[in-house]
Amino acid sequence: MLEAIIALAVLALVFGLVLGFAAIRFKVEGDPLVDKIDAVLPQTQCGQCSFPGCRPYAEAIAKGEADINQCPPGGEAGIRALAELLGVEPKPLSAEHGEEKPAPTVAIIDETTCIGCTLCIQACPVDAILGAAKQMHTVIAQECTGCELCVPPCPVDCITMVEVKQGIASWKWPSPAEQLDASPQTDKQRQQA
Amino acid sequence: MSAPLWTFNGGVHPPQHKNESNRETTRPARLPKRLILPLHQHIGEAAKPAVQIGERVLKGQVIAHAEGYVSAALHAPTSGTVSDIGDYPVPHPSGLSATCIVIDSDGEDRWVERPAKQDYTQIDPSHLRNMIREAGIVGLGGAGFPSFIKLNPGTDKRIDTLILNGVECEPYITCDDRLMRERPREIIAGLHIMRHALHARECIIAIEDNKPEAYEVMCQALAGEPDIRVALLPTVYPQGSEKQLIKVVTGKEVPSNGLPLHIGIVMHNVGTAYAVYRAIEQGEPLISRYVTVTGDGVKQPRNLEVLFGTSVLDLLEECDVDLGDTDRVIIGGPMMGFALHTVNAPVVKTVNCVLATTTTALPKPQPAMPCIRCGACMDACPVNLLPQQLYWYAHAKDFHRIQEYNLFDCIECGCCSYVCPSHIPLVQYYRFAKAEIWAQEREKDKAELARKRYDFRQQRLDREKAERASRLHKKKRELHGAEPTADEAAADKPDKKAAILAALERARAKREGGNDSTPIDKDAP
Repeated sequence: MLEAIIALAVLALVFGLVLGFAAIRFKVEGDPLVDKIDAVLPQTQCGQCSFPGCRPYAEAIAKGEADINQCPPGGEAGIRALAELLGVEPKPLSAEHGEEKPAPTVAIIDETTCIGCTLCIQACPVDAILGAAKQMHTVIAQECTGCELCVPPCPVDCITMVEVKQGIASWKWPSPAEQLDASPQTDKQRQQA
Repeated sequence: MSAPLWTFNGGVHPPQHKNESNRETTRPARLPKRLILPLHQHIGEAAKPAVQIGERVLKGQVIAHAEGYVSAALHAPTSGTVSDIGDYPVPHPSGLSATCIVIDSDGEDRWVERPAKQDYTQIDPSHLRNMIREAGIVGLGGAGFPSFIKLNPGTDKRIDTLILNGVECEPYITCDDRLMRERPREIIAGLHIMRHALHARECIIAIEDNKPEAYEVMCQALAGEPDIRVALLPTVYPQGSEKQLIKVVTGKEVPSNGLPLHIGIVMHNVGTAYAVYRAIEQGEPLISRYVTVTGDGVKQPRNLEVLFGTSVLDLLEECDVDLGDTDRVIIGGPMMGFALHTVNAPVVKTVNCVLATTTTALPKPQPAMPCIRCGACMDACPVNLLPQQLYWYAHAKDFHRIQEYNLFDCIECGCCSYVCPSHIPLVQYYRFAKAEIWAQEREKDKAELARKRYDFRQQRLDREKAERASRLHKKKRELHGAEPTADEAAADKPDKKAAILAALERARAKREGGNDSTPIDKDAP
């Protein structure tokens, strides 16, 4: 009896020490879950999720304070990826946070109208607008995420969002499945069936 | 000249249709009035224009320089005037336009001054590669990879075998066949130059047995050169694919994600060898190529030597095509080619065949039926993939699993689609999946950039805030008078912190309360 208690106590002590040592030695800095969620988010930094950027939204999801369906730029695919990561059921995009855009857009400043007020520069979450006070501003298109945050502050409404022009380099082969589904013939066949 | 041959798994035997176009001797195509030259005719970066609109150019003059390492220069195919640099339709499955240089020919076809003939054996291989790069030579088999890179094995690699690919396994296409029959000596001269650049130990020219004339001609031209052998291969599609041909000729397998270079083998197309000969021995850059114009919509199918930039329409007219009867105009062969959206697209370096078909010879693809899991595609796949599995995952858009099944080893040869009894356009699914995966990669890169920019901005904002606070504090101290002594400074420390906090608080209040973007220290005393 006593031997068993001693043996178990010694075992408990040994494992406790090992675990305690491991907890200190292999301590994970930061929150790996936040990083994983952040990696799935599109990094548009648009704030449509009601958080001031993708990382704050990721932190809120990790804490359970935000739902996974608040990111319109991520769209359905983004929600699916988040659901898979967190092991929950995917759900439709929350309407109050906005709609998924059909195609990626980029901001363009009408340079003849721009008065050089710098308001858009301060609004841009990724510093993708170049300019200075009373100087013409311009958007660095490669770095623009299409978040639209620069549009409302502009006092002269000289910023427009345009769809990114599709070139040969970014062209994608269409899915044959969708091509077939879209053809009227298939619809007719389906109706007959 | 016989040596053991190996085989690869799978493959198909589609009707050849080569005799229609391989009877007549190749002649130069008519000089067009206008040439449209896309800047991107090869794998890699697009070339950068070196001419202005309105500039006079001579035949062979550089009109666009190679940009970056993997790129190729572009030359004026004839003399004339640059009339525009802008977007025009290009031969691409998307039907989209791309930047092109347009030359209105003056009809004189006057050459730029060509360098004198040099003895290539006296030229250093690295200089030789530069000359080939400057001549704008890319692989003429169809992919268009800049050739000088494939002639640069690096210092630590030894090249055992240099293979010239004269297999031309796609039905209908006969441009390499005609080239071998008409220019055997030039091809062999090009092969010697390539061999010199690579220090290759042995050379093999591979030809399929459906081209007996080309085989005979090459063998005759090689009489007295025992160290170059011609391999006659039984015809099977897709034997002309690089990795499959290497397997057949040498018995070696190129590893997945690997290059032939890694196993000491380099392969070039016979057309590329001819281009290398012309560049080095005659000082002529790559400005034209042999193109097969064939198909049952063509009344006079034949091969033409075509200047790049000539429109497909010009070629069709020259070979007497009734466009009213024509159903599709395909660039490349029936197995791997793509239908053109407009016949105004120009011939570029990678165009080996223009196939004008009517619905009778090449019927429109039948509607796809469900997969019955017969496994015929698996038997036909020359890369030993599992086309069915790839199809399921592409259909389900499971782009993670599809890569586990080695999607990127697929050479898109079309054997699986060819044998599929349900007419499923399998290759289309793989192309779709590949394109989606590449697009996802691009999006990931873009997100990563945005993340970095966002983090950097946050850091900048924090830094600016701290700087503003410290400036305010300094000004305040100056107002209060004398410099504090060391003791006072020590005593002040809590105050200092309080002051910073107060300054931060003020700044925040101002920002929240004010409508302005005015910097805070402007109002400070």
